[in-house]
Amino acid sequence: MDWNAILLSIRLALVVCAILLLLGIPIAYWIAYSHWRWKFLIESIVALPLVLPPTVLGFYVLVAIGSRSPLGRWYESWTGHGLPFTFAGLVVASVLYSLPFAVQPISAGFALVDRSLLDASSILGASRMRTFFRIILPLSIGGVVTGVVLSFAHTLGEFGVVLMVGGNIPTVTQTVSISIYDAVQSLDYAAANATAMLLLVFSFAVLSITYALNRRIWAVWPLHT
Amino acid sequence: MAAIESMTVEAARLSVRVAARLSNSFALEAAFEAPAGFTMLLGPSGGGKTTLLNCISGLRRPDSGRVALGSRVLFDSSIKVDLPMQVRRIGYLFQNLALFPHMTVGQNVEYGIAGRSNAERHRQAAEILETFRIPHLAGRKPAEISGGERQRTALARSLVTNPELLLLDEPLAALDKNIKSRIVDDLRAWNAARGIPILYVTHSPDEAFALGERVIVLEDGKILGQGMPQDVLAAPRHETIAQVVGFENVFDGTVKSLAESHGTMLCQLERTATELEVPLGHHAAGAEVRIAIRAGDIMVATERPHGLSARNTFPGRVTAIRREGVTVILSVEAGVVFEVHVTPGAREQLHLDVGQQLWLVVKTYSCHLVQPTG
Repeated sequence: MDWNAILLSIRLALVVCAILLLLGIPIAYWIAYSHWRWKFLIESIVALPLVLPPTVLGFYVLVAIGSRSPLGRWYESWTGHGLPFTFAGLVVASVLYSLPFAVQPISAGFALVDRSLLDASSILGASRMRTFFRIILPLSIGGVVTGVVLSFAHTLGEFGVVLMVGGNIPTVTQTVSISIYDAVQSLDYAAANATAMLLLVFSFAVLSITYALNRRIWAVWPLHT
Repeated sequence: MAAIESMTVEAARLSVRVAARLSNSFALEAAFEAPAGFTMLLGPSGGGKTTLLNCISGLRRPDSGRVALGSRVLFDSSIKVDLPMQVRRIGYLFQNLALFPHMTVGQNVEYGIAGRSNAERHRQAAEILETFRIPHLAGRKPAEISGGERQRTALARSLVTNPELLLLDEPLAALDKNIKSRIVDDLRAWNAARGIPILYVTHSPDEAFALGERVIVLEDGKILGQGMPQDVLAAPRHETIAQVVGFENVFDGTVKSLAESHGTMLCQLERTATELEVPLGHHAAGAEVRIAIRAGDIMVATERPHGLSARNTFPGRVTAIRREGVTVILSVEAGVVFEVHVTPGAREQLHLDVGQQLWLVVKTYSCHLVQPTG
């Protein structure tokens, strides 16, 4: 069993989840409440990773963060090394790849909250921030949890993007799915099975726990006393 | 404490002049003033009532106009003032109440109290819950209480912020009449010390006349009439007002005697000799009342009728007849002038004409008591 790859994958998924929560909630809020007429363009861009082959996305991310692009050069001059084939590069690619899995359920959750509650909150003097944390978030927490779980699971299982951007460097960019692919390529079915089975059990356990909590989310919501 | 608050909160008049185009065929154009107390906004569904409240509250920006509470300008298109609704200091009860479903009654009420310590918030919430008789519900969720209790919760939540104007959008429409009048009594009691304008939207003429000190009739985005209930009716006959308001006859009367065991009382109309038996109200002999009767609820007979259950039968003389569509409108002088609607067939059969002597018949239950100011 390849513990290095498993731990790397979990670390990647957790980091990506945290970033997606910070990034996805404002984007989802904007998508749910903006009246901008060209909003559908942004929605399409966010949803692109759902339809693009991972290799296409991975290719463009690789080009975008490579040493020939302004972004890549800026990162290199700042950190002293390039983004491709590093853990940070993997994080950038994974965040983009899993973005729709976070944004869509969260945005759908926000949109389901009764508008009149938001109006009532504003008339009672609450700022947008207060309305968000006291009304919108508690009432759409199911969507937020779903978004986090889906992006975690999605990041854990990705293959194509990781291979394009991160390559296959053990303990740096070799994630679980690549390690399994490696094992199968070298006909080591036992190792492949051990890692694959662990991933299967772990994913099932995480999903079960989350959906169980999600069901009685009101009972566990801690924001108000 | 209440006395101190009433001194610090200055009751300011609401003055509104707004124009808002909602579609190519519908535009709201309204101008009116509302002093302290209940002003009823009466009109059919789709007449622009909710839009008007939204324009006042800031939920919707009018195309042009001015909204002010006393000297405090909330919106003025000419000087580009448009206060955010957070600072307008307006209480607004939506038709659906919009209670926060994930919070208890107590948390709902405390939500709008800003910038106070926890203890002070609890104290203010407890006080207003007491005023609206629901302190025992503080720990319950909105889904666990009755419609009337939700109503009281929503009122308490709005009023705990000490708003300078209260907007009510048909909040009591679904409630039983008794529950409704008790809630309104509590609201009146709350407002007695504060005297803020309360704008109450309804499509029910009965409710408007029972609760309001002033009535504004709104249809198709235009104000058709406004003033004291009887003034609105006495205004130059406007077909739509009569339709919207529903009562063509409104009289001031004096209670002469009570027949409590019969559930009725006898009232003298406008200090004439004409007397009407009406349903018993909470009045003493000598009290002033206002009585409304629909023109279609009055029967006419060419001879003195007998053997009828209707309690009010009195003679009169036709002073005018005109026809509108399939309605024949009679003006009948009987001490006071009654408007009576009959069908063209009835007119033909009875040979009704100007100058003719008639008997008017009015059932006791066709006489609606509407409250004068207070």
